[in-house]
Amino acid sequence: MTNEEIKAYFTTVAPSATFDETGEWLNVQVEPGSWKALAQNLRNSILHFDYLFCLTCIDWKTHFSVVYHLSSTTYRHTIVIKANVDVVNPEIETVSNIWRTAEFHEREVYDLFGVKFLHHPDLRRLILTDDFEGYPLRKNFEDPINMIKL
Amino acid sequence: MFSLEGITNAIQNWLYNTFNPSWALVFECLIVILLATGLFAILGLVLVLMERKVAAHIQIRLGPNRVGPGGMFQTVADTLKLIMKEGLTPDLADKFLFNLAPFVVMIVAMLLLAPIAFARGFQIWDLNIGVLYVSAISSLSVIGILMAGWASNNKYSLLGAMRSGAQIVSYELSAGLSVLSIVVLSGSLQLSDIIASQENGWWLFKGHIPVIISFVIFIIAVTAETNRAPFDLAEAESELTAGFHTEYSGMRFALFFLAEYINIFIVCAIGATLFLGGWMPLHIGHWQAFNHIMDYIPSSIWFMGKTFFLIFLIMWFRWTFPRLRVDQLLNLEWKYLLPISMFNLILVTVIAILGWHF
Amino acid sequence: MYTQTEIIKDTTVNGSEGELVINVGPQHPATHGVLHLVITLNGETIKKIEPHLGYIHRSIEKMCESLSYRQFIYVTSRMDYLSSHINNLGSAHCVEKGMQIEIPARAKVIRVLMSELTRIASHELWLGAMAMDLGAFTPFFYAFREREMINDIMEETCGARLTMNYMVPGGVMYDIHPDFQQKVKAFVKQFKEKVTEYDDLVTNNIIFQNRMKGVGILSKEDAVSYGCTGPVARGSGVSCDIRKIFPYEIYDTVAFDEVLETAGDSFARYMVRVREMHQSIRIIEQLIDNIPEGEYQAKTKAVLKLPKGEFYSRVETARGEFGVYIVSEGATTPYRIKFRSPGFSNLSALEHMAKGSKLGDLMATMGTLDLVIPDIDR
Repeated sequence: MTNEEIKAYFTTVAPSATFDETGEWLNVQVEPGSWKALAQNLRNSILHFDYLFCLTCIDWKTHFSVVYHLSSTTYRHTIVIKANVDVVNPEIETVSNIWRTAEFHEREVYDLFGVKFLHHPDLRRLILTDDFEGYPLRKNFEDPINMIKL
Repeated sequence: MFSLEGITNAIQNWLYNTFNPSWALVFECLIVILLATGLFAILGLVLVLMERKVAAHIQIRLGPNRVGPGGMFQTVADTLKLIMKEGLTPDLADKFLFNLAPFVVMIVAMLLLAPIAFARGFQIWDLNIGVLYVSAISSLSVIGILMAGWASNNKYSLLGAMRSGAQIVSYELSAGLSVLSIVVLSGSLQLSDIIASQENGWWLFKGHIPVIISFVIFIIAVTAETNRAPFDLAEAESELTAGFHTEYSGMRFALFFLAEYINIFIVCAIGATLFLGGWMPLHIGHWQAFNHIMDYIPSSIWFMGKTFFLIFLIMWFRWTFPRLRVDQLLNLEWKYLLPISMFNLILVTVIAILGWHF
Repeated sequence: MYTQTEIIKDTTVNGSEGELVINVGPQHPATHGVLHLVITLNGETIKKIEPHLGYIHRSIEKMCESLSYRQFIYVTSRMDYLSSHINNLGSAHCVEKGMQIEIPARAKVIRVLMSELTRIASHELWLGAMAMDLGAFTPFFYAFREREMINDIMEETCGARLTMNYMVPGGVMYDIHPDFQQKVKAFVKQFKEKVTEYDDLVTNNIIFQNRMKGVGILSKEDAVSYGCTGPVARGSGVSCDIRKIFPYEIYDTVAFDEVLETAGDSFARYMVRVREMHQSIRIIEQLIDNIPEGEYQAKTKAVLKLPKGEFYSRVETARGEFGVYIVSEGATTPYRIKFRSPGFSNLSALEHMAKGSKLGDLMATMGTLDLVIPDIDR
């Protein structure tokens, strides 16, 4: 399906979404509050985005944006969803019940960025130790011993 | 013709002529103990080296080749290393059972040596229930393994021991039944009688297809009983690290290791005795000239040749097959081997009664 | 120190009534690397698997934020070290996408040849290691015999056997070794002759088939939902070969089939990988005599500066889809890099696949997932 069709779909289900087509794929900016319902729609609707191939987070210092790369195994179209969350108390609804792969990816983002995924079945640190302090992929993270500055 | 029988008879006569009968018996016992221990040490070294060389050959590599000519002293060096290692006992282990277990396994292996005829007239104890003795004693080794697995206080060990228990108890049955078919044919439980009954041909060739079937079942069952691959679930390296002997180190580990090889030797010796005529040379019916030439080869060489052929067979299995899963292992025994060997035993009995064998 | 009763009562160590908790890893013969699985058993049956990651986490993503666009490519060799060429390729690709560098035709062919050789080498190692998980030691040596030839080829051209660092933005670092073509042809010949040995030893072995068939079943829907890619997903019938659906380099001009199996069990995944090796050989045969003459590297600036924006490139490694996501602010170093590693998503499906099966089945399932731990931890 073309980007125009996907855009047309978004205007019906999420009128607040904004688009950015400068990159390779269509970028859609969504509100974190409405994301869960929208995700459910994207998965089950005619667009059939059944494959979440990348879930990550970017620290823009003023806010975090959680980035979802979605694709469809039937139509082979790809979109990028971005949701901005607050730095002080980053929270967003989990999508782990919609795309199972999100369970691990969200744990990783929680571990390295400290973004809390609400209603996640098992939100614990995945990679770092349980008593680790701080979130290493944040831009303000400092580790005087182990970090190499070039 | 070289014969061990002459040497043993000469020694016995000399002892009985020089000392009174009770002292002669004591000296004989000492000689047997010395020989048995020596045999154990040598067998351990030879079989481990053989295993490594066979494995290397199958796996397109060279195997040990640095210590001594062709790597011959590699296992000696390994043994020295094991002797010098510290034998650790885990803190929370049951110390008494933990230390006892390797000796139980080893003693069982030693006891099994008694009825084996190594050559014509060269046998420690030719008891009249030899086959029964072997089946009875060989099932005792599971106690040692369970002891080791339980006393180590290690979960891998416990799982390994439990698997081993289930496995040995099941495979005893079909091993016993396949041995029985030879007992039925030869009409005796005494190993020397069984060997004598194969003078004009080995049972494997004389007994038609049923004996071949019981030979195959015997080999499968003893591979399982000695915990060798593809039935090495008790050790299952990739699943249970080292199974029941995970916590053992140093000489105690070496005893388990040695007992495994001694057990292989013993079951192969039993197999060679029952199915391949023990020390009996290859005789074919009425071919007098051929039989006569065969008699020139010493009986000890016949015995060792057959035994080592079977050992090679078991090693070949190990380096070719993947491991079975625990439920597949038990299915194989209870659903296939056991019914087949029971039916087979009936066939053999019919053959024996009607005298259809050669 | 604990007393015996305290340990017995600790349910995180021993599980609750009727359960046994065992640790597979971080040091364990079945985990090729430092994966740590905490497994709750009921007898021999698996009730729960909990992966504990991070034993080899180096925070490569953070590290790359302070490395230049030429440097960061080489760190990716240390992730999935068995597909290091393809990882390098994916990273170089992403930079090329951002810089809009046109790659010479010779470099493209060399890149594809190297990728396919890497894929075969990786699958060879997997074959040996997986057979070892099932208790058969011998296939390992047979597989390594062929893998050794590939390593020798790599050594001559790239100077390394494992972490090749051969790809640079704009092409490859050096031209191929003069013996390259002849050695690759010798390898192809030997592979075709000897591959029947794998079939005799492994594929047609009845014990092996019984251990693999119907074990660790992953349905097509679950494979997509868990984000599985590569042979794991293709064993479940999901068409996901990036080389076919989003062709890069010259994959759209060579003839090869996407290998698909529908059973979704361990044996299907096994067959996918074995058949993929044949497809890679097919690609190599088509290209080895047709390496175009010319430059092996495009002219690029000494210091690369990606324009402001986001770039994502996807390549098919031996384990599945490898994605590189670069967020650039126009500086000489990336603002943020995310590596989407195939092993991470494949591992997340492990519990779903192995739950309720026997402990021995876990080894078959884990073996056919082909996990490389540095790839998962990053």
